[in-house]
Amino acid sequence: MSDKTSAANSANDNKWIGQRTIRPDGADKVTGRAAYAADTTMPGMIWGKVLRSPHPHARIKSINTKKAEAYPGVKAVITAKDIVEFPLDKSVMLGIQDMRWMCRNVMAREKALFAGHPVAAVAATSEKIAAEACQLIEVDYEVLPFVIDVEEAMKPGAPVLHDFIKHEGKPSNIAGRLEHKLGDVDAGFAKADVVIERTFRTAPVHQGYIEPHACLVSVSDGKATIWSSSQGQFMVRAMCAYLTGIPQNDIRAIPAEIGGGFGGKTIIYLEPLALVLAKKTGRPVKMVMTRTEVFHASGPTSGSFSRIKMGATKDGKLVAASGTFCLQAGALPGSPIRGAAGCAFAPYDIPNVFSEGFDVVSNRSKVAAYRAPGAPIGCYGTECVMDEIAEALKMDPLEFRLKNAAKMGIKAAHGPVYPRIGFVETIEQAKTHAHYAAPLPKAANGKLYGRGVASGFWFNAGGESSAQVNVNEDGTVVVITGHPDIGGSRASTANITAEVLGIDYRKVSVLIGDTSTIGFSNLTGGSRVTYASAMVVTQSTEHVITILRERAAKIWKIDPDAVIWENGEARPAGDNAGKFEPLSLAQIAAQASATGGPIGAGKQLNTTGAEGGFATHLCDVEVDQDLGIVRVLRYTSFQDVGRAIHPSYVEGQMQGGAAQGIGWALSEEYIFNKDGKLDNPSFLDYRMPVCSDLPMLDSVIIEVPNPKHPQGVRGVGEVPLVPPLAAVSNAVYNALGRRFYALPMSPPRVLAVMDMKQAAE
Amino acid sequence: MTDVQYVAPRTLDEAVKAFAAASGAAKILAGGTDLLVQMRAGILKPGLIVDIKKIAEMTAVEELKDGGFRIGAAVAGAVLRDHARLKKAWPGVVEATNLIGSTQVQGRATAGGNLCNGSPAGDSVPAMVAAGAIVTIQGPKGRRDLPVEKVPAGPGRLNLTPGEIVVCFTLPARPKGSSDAYLRMIPRTEMDIAVVGCGVSLTMDKGTVTAARVGLGAVAPTVLLVEEAGKALVGSKVGAGGLDDAALAKAAAACSAACRPIDDKRGTIAYRTKVAGVLLKRTAAIAAERAGRN
Repeated sequence: MSDKTSAANSANDNKWIGQRTIRPDGADKVTGRAAYAADTTMPGMIWGKVLRSPHPHARIKSINTKKAEAYPGVKAVITAKDIVEFPLDKSVMLGIQDMRWMCRNVMAREKALFAGHPVAAVAATSEKIAAEACQLIEVDYEVLPFVIDVEEAMKPGAPVLHDFIKHEGKPSNIAGRLEHKLGDVDAGFAKADVVIERTFRTAPVHQGYIEPHACLVSVSDGKATIWSSSQGQFMVRAMCAYLTGIPQNDIRAIPAEIGGGFGGKTIIYLEPLALVLAKKTGRPVKMVMTRTEVFHASGPTSGSFSRIKMGATKDGKLVAASGTFCLQAGALPGSPIRGAAGCAFAPYDIPNVFSEGFDVVSNRSKVAAYRAPGAPIGCYGTECVMDEIAEALKMDPLEFRLKNAAKMGIKAAHGPVYPRIGFVETIEQAKTHAHYAAPLPKAANGKLYGRGVASGFWFNAGGESSAQVNVNEDGTVVVITGHPDIGGSRASTANITAEVLGIDYRKVSVLIGDTSTIGFSNLTGGSRVTYASAMVVTQSTEHVITILRERAAKIWKIDPDAVIWENGEARPAGDNAGKFEPLSLAQIAAQASATGGPIGAGKQLNTTGAEGGFATHLCDVEVDQDLGIVRVLRYTSFQDVGRAIHPSYVEGQMQGGAAQGIGWALSEEYIFNKDGKLDNPSFLDYRMPVCSDLPMLDSVIIEVPNPKHPQGVRGVGEVPLVPPLAAVSNAVYNALGRRFYALPMSPPRVLAVMDMKQAAE
Repeated sequence: MTDVQYVAPRTLDEAVKAFAAASGAAKILAGGTDLLVQMRAGILKPGLIVDIKKIAEMTAVEELKDGGFRIGAAVAGAVLRDHARLKKAWPGVVEATNLIGSTQVQGRATAGGNLCNGSPAGDSVPAMVAAGAIVTIQGPKGRRDLPVEKVPAGPGRLNLTPGEIVVCFTLPARPKGSSDAYLRMIPRTEMDIAVVGCGVSLTMDKGTVTAARVGLGAVAPTVLLVEEAGKALVGSKVGAGGLDDAALAKAAAACSAACRPIDDKRGTIAYRTKVAGVLLKRTAAIAAERAGRN
């Protein structure tokens, strides 16, 4: 079924890679022992709370903190003047984040830009006192007109958020634009027999991590220690250093266990505030967001408006595609237009492509990354249009995709020429899977049934990682990496280390270092951690093996080149190397001091070669045509993962992405009231699917090894959220015979479309 | 700082006294599944909390001599679910009360609290309205009874005078051939709030509906008793396919006509109005099927 040509890594030869080993952090998490940021406490600790703007757009004329400061129990009050300001005319980038925007996002400066924007923060002896003191802060606002919707924000005459942002020479909410071009789209469309052009809209959706943002910060003798929930302790350290002016060597960021991030914890909100409050008061300061604060003020992804045009010849070959993607950035620039415009057409071999993205600011919280940022929005429109073209051509939708699938050697509009990729395999497996052949239930009792398919792409990422592998005196092994473990990366690291060393994985402990105990490691994000950390862990472990061979050579008094490492033991390379009993890792470790000292090695790399990931999804739905309720009955994901180091966590990623995508398609949306305030800031009315809403989500792992990776890994975590929006939409069309061009397909919207259909008939 | 006082009296008289004395600053605590949430959200800041769960009369389910039931206002939904005879007589009331929240919430949440929260979307209320439940209220001036549909005055508001506490619900005895049902529309499958809720209680004699009451939730400022819908069902014959379509259509139209909903984050006016009729048909069918077995 799958391509297993990578000789050194043939799955059959592996003892630990590909095994469903017990997750090192599992017992702690299911018994409640795992320490999350909100579990931390310190002697003398006080609490911080944030005062947030009630207005979606208002100039801050003055802030009077006197009454709050005088309130019994209050230890400090801070405002934007306590945060380092980055001038608007000079970009200071940290990864994809610009400090000009970050310093204004963590604390409103000139203006409050969304309802929920922090305007001040208080530290007090209790959380309650801090919250009460916030209400004593007097903010003089000049309320301004606001705009939230992306189309509205782009219209001439819309309230402009930032007068320093100009588009075509005039103040505008369009903060940025990018384009990808390949060939000549006009010439391409001229050759098309079928051209479909459609407009699509999606609502802003939140990452929905179960753990609200939390941190504890202590400052002692000018040295700060931060315990926080994030997707990257080094990001926390660097951003806090920028925003407070404290040098990085005086900040130690300790990653707590993380209760989900999905991209939403790749930036910081509370940490710099707690840090400044701790510095001012000399007391450890703890801050924990409520769920309401998470919804109001942390980053959901963009709402969007896009227009897609695709053309094919009558024999089913795509000849041209164009797309315009307008994404809501929120209060400050930085929406994922690269993901939308770059991924939308990436699965296909299309000779002529024009794809552009517009980054549009509006009065809601600044977007944060959300699992394949932008790609679900881009692929939603493309995959719905693909479905329409297949129908117009009377082709099976999978056959149509297969005919146009990108493969090795194809140049993608967003830049790369593809190396060996596994997209074709995902479609082929979907086509021959029992799900695709299974008959749908017949319409009955007001219930209609449909099946949809969709594919998707995500770039994946490499980047900086560091690892240290130490052999303990008893022959067990400790591995330290620098990545918060969100998707089971400790288990994967243990599998890899055990495999390379040839020892039982239970002898390997994997820890996540803090910023002072392990070298720089970039964020857990971009589907990069297992990819990148596997590279540094493998190289570190290989270096350890070299040392182990040297030590055995020393004990045997032979040349290190005459020693091989096999099944966790040093052995003479052959008869002419001498006759010696093999030395186990434990035996060599016991003699470490006598043979040269402690045994360990580390590696730090900026990894490259993380090739793109592809998936194809099948979805069956039931639509209650009288209530407008859509339920997913069956769902199967097919994904090329390169190599599944730990299949359970690969499947977990595939299932999780599908679940989030189904929510995005059917029920999740930010709803703003007429005052520009979020009207559904709770899980009650922000409707993520609950377990009983979903069937078992099936996943088919396809392994086409990445030739650029020692284990063949491709990123896994983000692709699963790319196809579901269109897969569900296409299934609903198949059930109702009516297409939806906006998400979510909530019951009132479905019923409204059904009523229109009945009226038309 | 504001302090909250808490009392848990053993008798109703003490509870009424404490509640009345606080002159509006007090809140009654039954299961607390609305009160505590609203306090946490900063919507309510009561000076006094009067916990009624220590009062025997309010935490008991009593079977009356005439075959009816008296349900204390502080009885949790999970307790009703475990009461076999109540469940047989009033399956709709019991299932409505147990649609509220999660399993954990159902161990605390009460029909009394659900009514007094004053939400038009409370699940147990339309079922109680359909059932013809009588609510007993005690206040500084004594006891009085009200039909359940007369208790709510508007969202979050009740037709109770200061110091009055809801004590219990009395469900009437069931003639042979009676049953009830409750359905709600929620976008999810659980853990949600009714976009529309519909309770139907009916009695059948020899295949003909002889009495019917319909309660509708989340379609007006208060839960509605839709008398026209009940009337439309009375006299209809029940055939092999269930209730006759003409009667159902008429009752559904009466439900839609009774709706005075709002557009909000949970549903639109058009949606709620249509779905009220859809739910009436489905709920009445279940109630009729159950009544046929009794």
